[in-house]
Amino acid sequence: MYNYLVGIYGDDDDLIQAVRKVKAAGLEIHDCITPFPVHGLEKAMELKETRLHTAGFFYGATGTMFALGCMTWIQTSSWPLNVGGKPNFSLLSFIPITFELTVLFAAVGMTVTYYLRNRLSIFNHDEVLDVRLTDHKFAMIFDMAKYDSQEDINRIKRVLESTKVEEINVREMKHKVYSAEEQS
Amino acid sequence: MSHHYTSPIREPLIEGNKTYHDITDDIAKATEGSIKPMWLIALLVCATIGLWGILNILYTIWYGIGVWGLNKTVGWAWDITNFVWWIGIGHAGTLISAILLLFRQRWRTGVNRAAEAMTIFAVMCAAIYPGIHMGRIWLAFFIFPYPNSRGPLWVNFNSPLLWDVFAISTYFTVSLLFWYTGLLPDFATIRDRARGFRRKIYNVLAFGWTGTAKQWERFESLSLVLAGLATPLVLSVHTIVSFDFATSVIPGWHTTIFPPYFVAGAIFSGFAMVLTLMLITRKLLNLEEYITIGHIESMNKVITLTGSIVGVAYITELFIAWYSGAIYEQYAFENRIFGDYWWAYASMMTCNVISPQLFWVRKLRRSVAFTFFLSIVINIGMWFERFVIIVTSLHEDYVPSSWTYYSPTWVEVSIFVGTMGIFMTLFLLFARFFPVIAIAEVKSILKVGGDQYIAEYARQDKAEGHGWVDGSYGAAAAGNLASPKSPRDAEHDKH
Repeated sequence: MYNYLVGIYGDDDDLIQAVRKVKAAGLEIHDCITPFPVHGLEKAMELKETRLHTAGFFYGATGTMFALGCMTWIQTSSWPLNVGGKPNFSLLSFIPITFELTVLFAAVGMTVTYYLRNRLSIFNHDEVLDVRLTDHKFAMIFDMAKYDSQEDINRIKRVLESTKVEEINVREMKHKVYSAEEQS
Repeated sequence: MSHHYTSPIREPLIEGNKTYHDITDDIAKATEGSIKPMWLIALLVCATIGLWGILNILYTIWYGIGVWGLNKTVGWAWDITNFVWWIGIGHAGTLISAILLLFRQRWRTGVNRAAEAMTIFAVMCAAIYPGIHMGRIWLAFFIFPYPNSRGPLWVNFNSPLLWDVFAISTYFTVSLLFWYTGLLPDFATIRDRARGFRRKIYNVLAFGWTGTAKQWERFESLSLVLAGLATPLVLSVHTIVSFDFATSVIPGWHTTIFPPYFVAGAIFSGFAMVLTLMLITRKLLNLEEYITIGHIESMNKVITLTGSIVGVAYITELFIAWYSGAIYEQYAFENRIFGDYWWAYASMMTCNVISPQLFWVRKLRRSVAFTFFLSIVINIGMWFERFVIIVTSLHEDYVPSSWTYYSPTWVEVSIFVGTMGIFMTLFLLFARFFPVIAIAEVKSILKVGGDQYIAEYARQDKAEGHGWVDGSYGAAAAGNLASPKSPRDAEHDKH
């Protein structure tokens, strides 16, 4: 069993302001859950910037080299065909397939990485912190394993109550909720 | 609210004073509750037509493509016409979801999901045609280069037909990944409204999505890069399709304007199909507040632009044929206009060049009924365009003794109608079980596109003594919505 303290907000801007306040108070936010991408939230939470796009570049470059390398080897070495005396190695006519494979490798590579890094899988459990978090509510989560004393909890509640929080709930989960740190 | 602002002269993208919760309700509702008899009847009709098409495909595979109307002179006809037609239709989905994302066109959020679904289904229908036209479909895997025991004998990497194999398969894969990854958060929304077995199913579909800050951050990064990749990709796909013709030496095909001309035509026909589908969907699922007249008008503007490019291309082709001085080229175009297939050329010119120009009239491009009518006309016109390019360039070739007239057999007609049945079956299933509008994306534009917010910006502007334009959308909305509610106020009212 894992216990979490969940502050529920009704508006994305309220959540960002609250995150800033909580951060300033020196509290550690376990994670935030929102129904849609909230711009500026990752900055307010001081998350490390994702390197997914960098990975995408390397996947794409792999595709480029794979396509060019394969076509060059096949047409010049594996089975050279003389078609009307035209050159076996012709960069110009390799461009379309090289481009397509660059895109294919980058897209597939990035998407697979995305699913793996986000721990997205069809075998995932369906226990959620609050069903309204994919609808119209925004949550800030604290790990009660870290803040276990009553004193800590009261401190968090005091800080949250100084923001536009709508509810403060304590939630007992069967499954662990990974923190933003653990997900980075 | 401080960092959001939309000029009050902008037309709202979400009408009806929606809250976040309203958006979830309105869109998720269509996937819930009992199945409507109307939907079931439509599904059965479409599935029957699709099945009829599949039977005819099997008939073709069993007896060979001799059951089609092709002959020695016209070796490509309905099959490739239909292939190009379906692929072209798919292009609008990628344009809306990728190119409009890069251009930060927020209206895309209302239609991107359904348009991408259309792309995927259209590409599936398109892929059937080259597959069955090969004749021996059981050897279709020969088109992929893989180490084999026949030499190894490789495919010809200098052939545009092979480039097409790579372009279409990459296009399908990337579109599918882009579409499905965008669906995860919305499947999670439906999951969190469901119970029991249905909840389990949607959890599997959502890959256990939770919506943490890190997931969303990567989601944004992935969407942006995939959009950046899909943009040149979609342009390359129809460029390569046009290479199938342009790199040959057939008069009427051997033209350097084919790539841009085909891409514009693809987007033109694709938007027409998006409109045909969305005008029905928005009516049946009551989504008029999310796919507004403003959305329809924006799409009609794209149709006017791409239709005009297509029109210019037709005229350029004629001019160049005359100007080139090549008699074979000149004859190809004379034959198109005055030859046996003059009716196909006339249909193409009327539907594609004249009809989209009617959208210069604001009243017409904001009329739902007229848009629906014209979207059908354009779909027909663009089918004729491909037919004209393919068949009329072939049927009177270099040797007058082999000149012929091509007409399709019932098998070809059945397969074409059948792919429409398959397409509509898939779309109906999508409309019932999937969220037809990107719920999360629409929520993310509520504060810049919602009518209550735009009215509020108009009111603030007026109070500050600038920016109030009477007759603007914001001003009108501010007048209509006597007491606008922020989503939170509305939420409080409910409790």
